[in-house]
This record gives sequence, structure tokens and C-alpha cells, in this order.
Amino acid sequence: MKQDILTGLRPALMTGLLFALLLGLAYPFALLGVGQAIFPHQANGSLVVERGRIVGSELIGQAFAADRYFHGRPSAAGKGYDGLASSGSNLGPTSRVLADRVKADVAALGTGQVPADLATASGSGLDPDISPAAADWQVDRIAKARGIEPAAVRRIIASETRGPVLGFIGDARVNVLALNRRLDGQRSD
Amino acid sequence: MSLAGWALILVFIAILLLLAKPMGAWMFALYEGRRTPLHPLLGPVETGFYRLSGVDPAAEQDWRRYAVHMILFNLGLLLLTYLILRTQAWLPFNPRGLPNVAPDLAFNTAVSFTTNTNWQSYAGEATMSQLSQMVALTVHNFTSAATGIALAFALFRGFARREAAIIGNFWADVTRITLYLLLPLSVLFAVFLIANGVPQTLAGSVDATTVEGARQSIALGPVASQEAIKLLGTNGGGFFNANSAHPFENPNALTNLFQMLSIFLIAVGLTWTFGKAVGNPRQGWAILAAMLILFLVGTSVVYWQEAAGNPVLHGLGIPGGNMEGKEVRFGIAGSALYAAVTTAASCGAVNAMHDSFTALGGMVPLINMQLGEVVVGGVGAGVYGFLLFAILAVFVAGLMVGRSPEYVGKKIEAREVKLAVLAIAVLPLVILGFTALSAVLPAGLAGPLNKGPHGFSEILYAFTSGVANNGSAFAGLTAATPWYDGLLGVAMWIGRFFVIIPMLAIAGSLAAKKYVPAGAGSFPTTGPLWIGLLVGIVLIVGGLTFLPSLALGPIADHLAMIRGQLF
Repeated sequence: MKQDILTGLRPALMTGLLFALLLGLAYPFALLGVGQAIFPHQANGSLVVERGRIVGSELIGQAFAADRYFHGRPSAAGKGYDGLASSGSNLGPTSRVLADRVKADVAALGTGQVPADLATASGSGLDPDISPAAADWQVDRIAKARGIEPAAVRRIIASETRGPVLGFIGDARVNVLALNRRLDGQRSD
Repeated sequence: MSLAGWALILVFIAILLLLAKPMGAWMFALYEGRRTPLHPLLGPVETGFYRLSGVDPAAEQDWRRYAVHMILFNLGLLLLTYLILRTQAWLPFNPRGLPNVAPDLAFNTAVSFTTNTNWQSYAGEATMSQLSQMVALTVHNFTSAATGIALAFALFRGFARREAAIIGNFWADVTRITLYLLLPLSVLFAVFLIANGVPQTLAGSVDATTVEGARQSIALGPVASQEAIKLLGTNGGGFFNANSAHPFENPNALTNLFQMLSIFLIAVGLTWTFGKAVGNPRQGWAILAAMLILFLVGTSVVYWQEAAGNPVLHGLGIPGGNMEGKEVRFGIAGSALYAAVTTAASCGAVNAMHDSFTALGGMVPLINMQLGEVVVGGVGAGVYGFLLFAILAVFVAGLMVGRSPEYVGKKIEAREVKLAVLAIAVLPLVILGFTALSAVLPAGLAGPLNKGPHGFSEILYAFTSGVANNGSAFAGLTAATPWYDGLLGVAMWIGRFFVIIPMLAIAGSLAAKKYVPAGAGSFPTTGPLWIGLLVGIVLIVGGLTFLPSLALGPIADHLAMIRGQLF
């Protein structure tokens, strides 16, 4: 046993150290180089820049409250869409807190069957997407607030809808930030 | 449930079946110490590592020395991680000026990453500097995975060798596995992830002014390099708190599919490697078949329950499947499959919050872990765990026909069966013991977020995840307290090394045995009868112990849910 330990000390120390250098520094830094050289947009967070100002990230949801914008899903990240505090609600299926929250959200959204994603918090709290049904649900409110035809809003939804990859990988979705930038005319087809 | 959802599940399994042999063959070359096409490039690095470490890769070790060196290696890295976490405020690459990690949390995290659990009591973006993410955590993702695969190799050698005292050289195994398997796969996968939007930068965060004029700070970092090995090595420790639900870890449905494939890739390949090592690939296919049967049943239940949704929410005017805690881009099927995959393997990455799953949808991940994560399983750990069940299965079969049991040409005797039972019994003992303590003591009861049976499920899930070295959570539980940090740290350590040591002892004892050629009376360990027996033993021996605890947690929760009772 003593011999087993003594013979293992040097390799444990040295192999551990060499691995730390190779895997903890060389490996991430090599990828840093590749990412920054070949995919700088993605490697830096897929940022959306408008007239030199960072408006957000294509991939990270942000809070919308005004009637003239599409709203995303309820968020449990910090006080809502906090990019430094991703989180789900972690409320279980029999939680009274969950039921009360959903009840309040449904009351605010109006009557009828609300699309599920519009009244449930996402896993990350930063979900950038909503389902096409959830977007459609908001058309009348947005058209009224902006004084435009509902059909025009629907056209934007249609052109921003991304279907499942190959028809079966993932669900159909619309990026909320992309929709709202289209509404503001900041982005064309 | 939809046709597209089932297509995703079946295509996922089909791709894995296609990859099993090529992956298995690649790892067989490493198992044998043969040259690979990567040797011209990485060979010099390998020999350099041996020279600096004073290792002779040809000097093989008996099981005791193999075990001791494995533990020394892991202890050293544990210490390194603890030190970095405790001093990160004074070290470079800390752009957001995060403070040193508290002692109980640093201990918990160091154990967690050393044992391939990657349980996270902390929120990544709010706790860990970029240096900690890279050196303290990413390194462990490689080394704990390499350790697991090396141990599987050692056990394979036990079965394959005849009258031998030695089962391989630990240093040669981990070095080869890291250099020729984990590193190249991780580089490829990380580049794919970056191309799809996973950040790789040293910046800590970026400030945006949103369309409505609010300020939004968005955490960034070297995410892709950690993400790739997090999945390939079945580690599961996320860069961000929300893990693979975070769009920067898992940006779209395609990366989601690749993440799930990465979790199973190595473990599935290892079943083929085992078959090849014992001279009959059909032995490997039989194990894989038993694993996939159990996997498919579990996956179907999660998908069915999540697609059926929560009656409580239906009553409030929210129809359809359960979307609480799930991301739109993955949908119900992509989230249900991920949950089954990550807990069947000992990964623990999550792309949806398991705490918010329906009661039975959340019970399947729990059962997957309680079975010892042998349904495919973690890299290395899955196949060696499953082989322990195989030893029990031939033993039971032997009792039934009154013949002394054999498996792949080795007589299974009292010593092996005792050791296998020891390794398998550790799981329920620690899970149920620690859960019971936490369910009665104030320090434990302070943890759960949810009330009622779901609160109990949160505690049960935590210790199950810890002992099984999974790392996923019913994340409502507040685990960053001295009670949970400490107890879970101990649980993870026991769950890892109290299984490994008996397993290595079995490897040593098997290697020393003579080869017994299969005779007319041998129980065939390749056909459907054997596969059925394996599935039965895993369910009865692995699962039955936990039934009472499941009745108190998820089953009670389910009954409340369908009656609309809230807590």
C-alpha cells in the first residue's frame, strides 16, 4: 500500500498539472482564437447593434410591456429577463404559487384558451422565442395600439416564423426581438 | 404527443445505433494501446506527458495500485479546484470582480466536479470567474470523464484476461483517453456550438439598452469550450445557472439534438468496446439492447406525461402540454427526451427545469438515477455499473438452474457476487438515509421551495442525483447551505468511490481466473432471454428498494395533481 502511494505521487502531481495547462488554458484559448477569427458575431454573444448601440442579443429574450410590442413569456430570471441571473420558476405541478401566478397572467391576457407558452415561465427565464400561436394571440392588441391592419402584423409573424429543422427537430417558433424590430421598421425582410 | 416528437426520439436512437460500432472500435484501439490516426499529431504530447510525469506506460498495475493511483490523481485535482475557487478574487480572468467562493460551497463544488457529478449549489454566472470556469471546472470535466472510461477499461481487462495479475496502467489509460478521444471530440463539438451561437470570449458581460429603453446586462464567457466536454464527458455542470436551457449554452433545436447525442455517444460505444474486448461483440449488443429497452420505456412515460400536461393548469384555461420550465425552441418532445437522456446517463445537464415537470414526468428521471444510471449510463460508469448487474443476473440464473454461474468465460464466485452487491447496495443506503435525515431535521426542511409531497421529491431528487453522480436537480431546493453542501458532498464522494473500489476489486479477481469455455450447460448471455433477465434484475434489484420513497414523493404528488389539490 505504502509503495502504491509513493509511486503515484509524482505522476498525480505532474499529470494533474499538465492536464490543467492543456485542458484549462490551451484548449479554451485555442477555441477562443477559432471563435473570434471565424465566428466573431456568434462568439461574442450574437449581439444586435443599431446605430452603434447594443440593443440586446438575438438569442437572449428581453422584457416587453408596451401594448405596441409582442410580449415574450413570463420570466423567472431575476426580476424578469435578467441576463446575469438565468433561472426557471422551479414551481412544481401542485404548487399554489404557480397556480396563482398563472391565474393572474391569464386574467391579464384576456378570455379564452391562452397558448401554453404565453402563461408559463421558461426554463432559462431568457427564452427569446414564443410559439406562432402565442404571437397570433397578440395581433389585435398590437394592431390597435399601432393603428395598423391586423393582416400586416400577421404577415410579419409569418415571415419571422421558423419551422422545426427537417420538419421534426424542435418546435415552430418566432423570435420576439426580431418581431418587434420588424414592427418598428428597424429590420426588413 | 405528436408524430414529429416520436420521429425525434426514434431518429435519435437510430443515429446512436449507427455510431456504436465506429465509436466502440475507436475506443478499442485506445483500450489496446494501439496507434490511431491522431498519433502523428498528438503522440509527442503523450510521450512528453509520460516523461515529465515519470510514467512508464508499459508498466501495468494490479488492481490495488490502479485504484490508489486513480484516487491520488483525483484528490490532487480536487485540491487544485478547491484552492482556485477559494482564491479566484485575486487571480486573473475575473472580469466581473466576483469574490472568493465560500468554503462549504467550494468543497461541495470541488467534490461535485471530481466525482463527475457536477451538482451545482451555485449559479454559474453569479459565482464563478472565467478562470474558475476554465481551470477549476472544465479540467475536471475531462479528467473525471477520462477516469470513468479508464475504470471501465480496467474492468474489461478483468473479464478479458486469463490468469493475470495486472489490469492496465492508470496513467496511460487516462492520458490516451483524454488526448485521443475527449479532446478531439470536444474541439469539433465546441466549434459546431460556436457556429450556432454559443459564446467563446473572455468578456464577463455586455450591457445592452433594450428596445423599450431598459438596461440589460448579459453574462458571457468561454462557454463553448466548457459546454462541449460537459456533454461528451457526461458531466453536466453548466456555465450558467439555467444550464442547457440557457440560449447561450443550447441555442437551437439542432444543437439540442447534438447535445443529447453527445451525452450518449461514448457510453453507447463502450458497450461495443466491451463485446470486442471479451471476444464477442454480441455480448456488447446484448447489453446495449437491455439498456435501450429500459431507456425507451422511461422516455415514453416522460413524453406522454409532459405532452398530456398539468390538469391544474388546464383548469385555469391553459390547454395542452406542460410548458412551465421549458423552452419554446425545444418543445415538449425535445425537453422530455433530454430529461430522459441526461438522467439515464450520469450527465445532469438540463434543458428544462425538472422541478416543474408533471409529477410522473419528473419521476422517470428520478428512477433513471435510482437504477444506478446503468440505462446507458455515464462515460465508463454506465457500463461498469451495468456489468455489476450482469454479474448478479448470471448469479440469479445460476441459482435457478443449479449451476455455478459464468459470464463471458469467467466463473462468477462468492467474492465477485459479494462485491457487486456491496457496490449496488451503497446507492439506496446513502440516498434513503440522507433523505430521511433531511426530511426530519430543521436544517434539511429549510431547503425545499415547494410544499407538500413535491417538497419531499426535491430532497429525494437531490440525494439521488448526488449519490448517483448525476448532478441534475429539482432546482427549487436551496442547496447552498452548510447542511446540503456538506451532506451532498459526502454523498457524491461515497456514490463515486464506494462503487469504484469494489468494482476494481472484481476486475482484479476476475483477471486472475482461468478461462472457462462455454459448454452445453452454460447460460447464453447474448439472446433475448438474457436481455429480459438483465432488464428484470435491474428493475427489481435496482429499483424496488426505492418504491416507498417514490410513493411518498412523486406518486402522492401525481394523485394530488389529478385531483387538483394544491400545496
